[in-house]
Formats: sequence, C-alpha cells, structure tokens
Amino acid sequence: MLALEMFRSIPRYAAAKAVGGRVPGLLVGPMAPVRLVTRDEPVVRRAGWAQVRPLLSGICGSDLGAVTGSTSLYFSALVSMPFVPGHEIVGELVEDCDDLPRGTRVVIDPVLACAARGVEPCEPCRTGRTNLCNHVTVGHVSPGLQTGFCRDTGGGWGERLTVHRSQLHPVPDGLSDERAVLVEPLACAVQLARRAQVPAGGSVLVSGAGAVGLFAVLALRHLTDAGRITVIAKHGRQEQLARAFGASDVAAPNEAMRAVRRTTRALRVAPEGLPGPASRLSGATEMLLGGVDVGIDAVGSTSSLDTVLRSTKAGGRVVLSGMPSAADLSPAWFRELEVAGTYASTGDAFDVAIQLAQEAPLDDVVGGRYPLHRWREALDHAQSAGRLGTVKVCFDVRSRA
Amino acid sequence: MSRPGFVLEVDGRTPPLVVHEGEGFRLETFPRGTRVVYPPESLPGIRDVDGAIHRALLEPVGSDPLPTLLRPGMRLTIAFDDISLPLPPMVKPDIRQRIIEQVLTMAAEAGVDDVEIISANALHRRLTASELKEIVGERVFRSFFPQGALYNHDAEDKDNLLHVGQTDRGEDVEINRRAAESDLLVYVNVNLVAMDGGHKSVPIGLASYKSLRHHHNSHTMVHSRSFMDHTKSAMHHSAWRMGRMLADHVKIFTIETTLNNDVFPSQFAFLQKREWEWGVKDQASMLAARRGLALAPKGLTHNIFQGMRAPYGLTGVNAGETEAVHELTVAKVHEQQLVEVQGQSDVLVLGVPYLGPYNVNSVMNPILATCMGLGYYFNSYRGQPVVRKGGAVILYHPVEPDFNQLHHPSYVDFYEEVLTSSTDPAVIEAKFEEQYATDPWYIHLYRTSHAYHGVHPFYMWYWAAHAMDHVGDVIWVGANRKAVERMGFRAASSLQDALEMASSTVGRSPSITYLRNPPHLIADVR
Repeated sequence: MLALEMFRSIPRYAAAKAVGGRVPGLLVGPMAPVRLVTRDEPVVRRAGWAQVRPLLSGICGSDLGAVTGSTSLYFSALVSMPFVPGHEIVGELVEDCDDLPRGTRVVIDPVLACAARGVEPCEPCRTGRTNLCNHVTVGHVSPGLQTGFCRDTGGGWGERLTVHRSQLHPVPDGLSDERAVLVEPLACAVQLARRAQVPAGGSVLVSGAGAVGLFAVLALRHLTDAGRITVIAKHGRQEQLARAFGASDVAAPNEAMRAVRRTTRALRVAPEGLPGPASRLSGATEMLLGGVDVGIDAVGSTSSLDTVLRSTKAGGRVVLSGMPSAADLSPAWFRELEVAGTYASTGDAFDVAIQLAQEAPLDDVVGGRYPLHRWREALDHAQSAGRLGTVKVCFDVRSRA
Repeated sequence: MSRPGFVLEVDGRTPPLVVHEGEGFRLETFPRGTRVVYPPESLPGIRDVDGAIHRALLEPVGSDPLPTLLRPGMRLTIAFDDISLPLPPMVKPDIRQRIIEQVLTMAAEAGVDDVEIISANALHRRLTASELKEIVGERVFRSFFPQGALYNHDAEDKDNLLHVGQTDRGEDVEINRRAAESDLLVYVNVNLVAMDGGHKSVPIGLASYKSLRHHHNSHTMVHSRSFMDHTKSAMHHSAWRMGRMLADHVKIFTIETTLNNDVFPSQFAFLQKREWEWGVKDQASMLAARRGLALAPKGLTHNIFQGMRAPYGLTGVNAGETEAVHELTVAKVHEQQLVEVQGQSDVLVLGVPYLGPYNVNSVMNPILATCMGLGYYFNSYRGQPVVRKGGAVILYHPVEPDFNQLHHPSYVDFYEEVLTSSTDPAVIEAKFEEQYATDPWYIHLYRTSHAYHGVHPFYMWYWAAHAMDHVGDVIWVGANRKAVERMGFRAASSLQDALEMASSTVGRSPSITYLRNPPHLIADVR
C-alpha cells in the first residue's frame, strides 16, 4: 500500500528542529523526516482488530509538530518508528469487526489504551479515563500513544490501517465525510471544554484560532455556561469563524492583552525591562492584575502560553491544549493559577462530538484536500493554513489524482 | 484699527488659499464662486494688563469688590481653566498667572491664609507640574505646589466631592468638595471661544462624571445649536441650571478674560493675513515654512508646532457675578470673532489644524481630529449651520491612527472596540459608555497618571453628534483611508475628488463655503 512514513533520522530531525516552521520549503523538501513509501498493510492478528480504509485523514498540529521537530523529546519513548502519521480519520471497515459489519463508516478514537493492547486495565482505564492510559508502551502492539504514532497500526496517511474495536465509532448516515473527519478534533475540544471547568458566566480567553482554538470555542459555547469568550486570532477568516462559533470578542495577538483588560476590567501592568522590541528579550511583557476566569492556550507557542498565563485572573485556570512550549511560570505561582492539561478525549466525548459535527456550522472548514502523493503541498498548506484562510487540511486517501 | 471679518468670493484673481491640515498646511485652489469666510483681524490688546485686572477686581459687575469679600480665617479657593485653554498656549506670563497673583496679593493683605488653587480639569488629564507652573507662574507654583495647595481637580476622589443636590430637571450637581465648601470660590477663566465661561466654568470644570453625564451625552449634544451660543445650546442650558444652583450654595467670584486673534508667532505671521495681501516677506516665510516642514522629520515638526506659543493680546477682563460677567465676555468675543454670512451652502470646507483642546503637548488622534472638525469648527456658527441640512463637509487632516498611550489610553480601545461596533453616538452611548466610564483601569490612570478619563473619547464623539446628524456626507482630504472609514466617513486625495464624491449628495455645482480658521471665527449665518 501507499503511505507516508515518518522515519528516524537524527540529522533531519535536528535540521527540522533548527529551521522548523520558519522555512517551510525545507520542511517539505529534502530535510523532511517524512517519505512516501510502498509498504505492507498493517495487521494485528488479535481479537477485536480490523482493517480500515481511510477516506479522509486530517493533518493535526501535533503531526506538524512531529515533522518540524518541535515536539518535545518527552514523547520519544512513547512512539515507535517508523510510523505512518494521521489520527484524524474517517474511513470504512474493510472487514467485520465484532459487531460492526464490513463497510461501516467509522471515525477513530486514536488512543491506544489497555483494551486495544490486550493488557489488564490500568487504573485510569478502569475509571474510564482511557486518554490517560499508563500502558501505551506495552501489550500487543509497539509503543505508541495513539494510532498515527505506532509502528504496527499504521495511520491515516496511508491506504490502510488497523484499528481495535474499542477505538471505533460508527458514523451516522447523514454525516458527510468532510464533517466526520472533524469528529476527532471536536472530541478533543469537548474534552477541553470539560477540563476548562468554566464557572457559569465566567470569562474565557482562547489564545489561537486554528482548528484547536475554533473548536474549543464551539465546544465551550455548546457545553458550558461561559460568559464572554475572547479569541486571539491572526487572520480575517479565523476572526469570522471564531465569531460564527460563538466568540464574543476577537483580538489580534498584539491587541490581546488590551482586549482582555477591557473585557474583564482588569488593571494592566508593564514590568520594568528593556524598551521597545527588546522588551521581549528581557521578558518585560505586559500582564494583568485581574483577567479571565479561564485561559486556554490553543497554540502551544511560548508567546501564546505567556499571554494566557499573564491574562488569567488570580485563582483562575489555565488549560494547555496541544503540546505547550516553555514559558515564564511566575504568574502561575504568584496568582495561584491552576494549570490543567487536556489530552485527546474520553468518556462520551465522541458521541458529543458526532452530535456537534452534525449541528455546528462546519461547512467549508475542510479547506484543502490532497492525494497522498501531493504530500509536500499538503504539509505546506497546513503549515500556512491560518494565513490562507483554511482551518483543516486533509489527505483524500481515495484520490490518486 | 482692526478690520472686521470678511467673506470673499473666489474668482480668477484669487490666489491659492491656506488650508490647515494637522502639523502643516497646504495651498488650495478653490472653485470659482467659493465663499471664503475670513476672521476679523485682531482687536488691539490692552496695554496695561495688570491695571485692567486690578480695576476688574476692584470694580466688579454684580458683586462687591474682591477685597471686601476677603477676611481672615476664611477658606478661599481659586480655580482656573486648565491646559485645554487657550489654543495655542500663550507666551509667558499666562493671563491666569497675572490674575491669580493679584487675587493672592489681595487675599494676603486681607489676612487670608487658607488658600487652595485648583486646576479645573474635570475629566481631562492631570496637568504635569511643569504645565501647572507654566500657567500659574514660578512664584505661585513655588509657594503652593510643594505644600499640596496647588493641584489638579480629581473627579474620581469620592471623599473630596460634594453632591450639592439636583436641579429641577433631576440633574445631579456634584463638584469638588473644597470648592463647594469654601467661603469664596474665585474662578479664573480664559475665554477663547464663546462656548467657554459663564456657568460652564464651575459646574463643568470642577464636576464629577455623575454630574457631567447629564449634559455630556449624545442627545444633549445633538440639541446644542450651537455650542457657541449658550442661549441655544442644550448643554449650556443644563450647565446654567447647575450653575444657578451652585451660586445659591457657594459664593462664586468669576473672572473672565477675552483674547484677540493673535494666535501665530512672528515666523508664522503670514497665516494671520489674507493671502492676496501677502508681501514679499510673507511669501518668503511661507515658502521657508513649507519647505522646512516638508524636509523636517515628523518628530521635529511635532515639536515645532507643539512648542508654538501665541502672542495673544488681552481684549477684556471682567469680574464679579458669573452671568453679568459672561454677558460682557460674550460681547467681546463676538466683537473679535463674529462674521456675517448670508445663507447656508451645500458644502462646508474646514482645515483642521494641529491643535485642539485635548492634544496640548500630545497627539491629535482620529477621534480628536473628528471632534475638532465636526465638533468645534462645524459648531462655529450662530443662527444656523453654515452648511445646509443634508449637505457635505470636507475636512483636511492626515487622520493618522496615532495615539498617545500616556494621555489617551481609553481612546485606543474606543477606536479598536467601540468604533468597530458602531459609530452612532446614541448607540455607543447606550452600549459602551457606562463600561468605559467606570473601568477601574482608566480611573486609575486618570487619577495617578496623566490620562484622560475613560469616558472622554465618548464625549469627543458626542461633540460631533450634531454635525453627523445634520450633514449627509463627511469627506476627509489627505487622510488615512482606513482610519477615516473606521469612523464611518470617506477619504479623498484632493478637493476635486472630494467634490466629485460629494456630488451624489450635493450635486455637481454645489455652493461651497470655506471657513478659513484659525484664527477662530464664528459664522453668523443669516
């Protein structure tokens, strides 16, 4: 089968980390630790496993992070190389899988937890929090925290993958492929909205208006009694969508602190430091005394996390969505912030996400579809999605054209 | 002998005319038939200024002489117009200094030792120490400022405000407690335009937001026709009601001064003259100024203009009971500024200069430029507006979205948040004013820094409400297009383009009137 494969290459990894997203041409060119290969179809010969043929497979920020070398080495022990990326998948079963007949259209919860690995449930899995599984490196399949990061299962960026029944969620007939491929990131947003624990009427800052940020707004509006939701967006299309998804205010990154201050009636303080552009070097960026009840970092960059930490009110909650970069944690200490992570999804999040995918204004959210052999263009597009007005770029695995 | 104001009809012999546009000016060729309204030339200034002040204090109108009002043990408060007047600031010594010194001398002779001096800045920014010193002079500053007896009014200092009561229309009258509880309040005014003075001084200059909101709102502003005629201004009617109530509560001794039209220093004296009367020296000065301003860096140009001091002459000083004094003041202001204009026109052209009341030592941001053009200059009429209902106003100003973060922090938010939501004064008043007026950050900056109050940009916008309600089209020449569009107006690159754009509103052969100010004028439209 045809698949994109991420392989271990220290020089390429180092190069990707060095130039990262700054030189997209290198990222998708000779420096990419990704290649298009013909490889055997993945098979796990255990009960409950079956093959799936992907129809559409999204490109997630974490996939780009892996390609650009910005992923923390923390995760190196939790993946098995070489692997086929892709965990935002809508596909169809090519064989029966327990109660699901061949041909069933499915979306996939990518977490490879105890049930899939055939091991005794760990404590988180016993309590239903499969996203926090302690056994992601053992059992029937190679280490891999998710489908798309595991050598044995394949991923959505290939023509076949193998999936355990515990990961499968049938897609309702009326739900289009373009909406169904958004179910996994929507489920993550549902998880995020729940982890945010927004008090009734509470104010929220969502830093970032990529897919993660936009879906977070959508989920917060549907699942919580959040009051004012302020979104930091760089681009015009992002602003439109943020408002359509329920944002009360949208601000540009350089206006973020001012906008939050205004909406929350906080006081703004500028630490002493170097003047002008050098202020960033000295860490002397503005901060608020007061601020939002809940701040959500939906970017994972240092500046985004800094902004969220500095604009969340004392005793408030900061939610890390996606893989965070290093930031100054002084506000977390001084303001007694609760810093919470949110990873993947659990419980009935997929059911809620499917519901959202049916009801929310998600038309045109998938803005780019590429066959696998045009992977360089696809990654390039995904890297610049915000600027190009795109929310989600996908591989159309069926297409050869 | 000065010459009165004058209306020129542009013909083939008319040279290009000066039009102010921010920190610079241009020479504009107007279409034939354009009416150009020139202000009267400057009235002669009083030679013995100190003598005139002395006489005014000893021979007041509607009041006993000042010395008889002073006695040992009394509480005397002197309040004065803040830095927003006059425009530009005057060459030293400031007239307020000369008056305050004489008042203090009389107070000292009477044995008064409880004296405080307050800048009546209402919701304007606090003056810096050097700005206070420039107004009151070195001696007064040194004697009072270090002891804390010379200070800015604080409209957010709840402990030092006194709610005097309500007018018969339910308007709250709340002013500075020290002023309200004094045995005598002396108010020192600089009356640059007919809008100032009278009961606009104490009830507004020393008031709180709670009191100001009764007349500084979109409804009142729309119904103030015009600000330059206190008998027809809803804002003034409210202030007059408050002032009369205050006069029953505290003894107020008002001192008002009027200035002539000498607003430009000698190197820019050509701007005072009518263009066809420019001599060789004037033309050389004009060319040098234009070339110099074109070559100078922006910062230097800014400093040159902000450093300008006007060699005003004093044309009158009157003291005593507020309304009696103000009647004399208005008459003198009219003598200097009134120009008779026959009928309205389809288009009004205005050059907006570098300075308004709220950007002294600062930056004229887009909201202030609008306030200056559509607030102050549009309202420089008596009788009826210069432009007909539904006509067009063409203004000149760069309207760059530059803001002084120290002085105008809430303006930035107003520009970014409020104007992107609506430009309708009534809508933004209902939706945003309360939020901005009570925002603790703006209040903090107003009280401890040098920021205008959070609600101030709203007032500036309301100031233009009458013009926005009256005219059908507002077009800015040479302005930043995005900034102008943000405010709901249009931008043109030249007068010809602006007239072309306005043709859908006023037709292809509109009647045009250009108010050539500064110096200031009031069009008495018959």
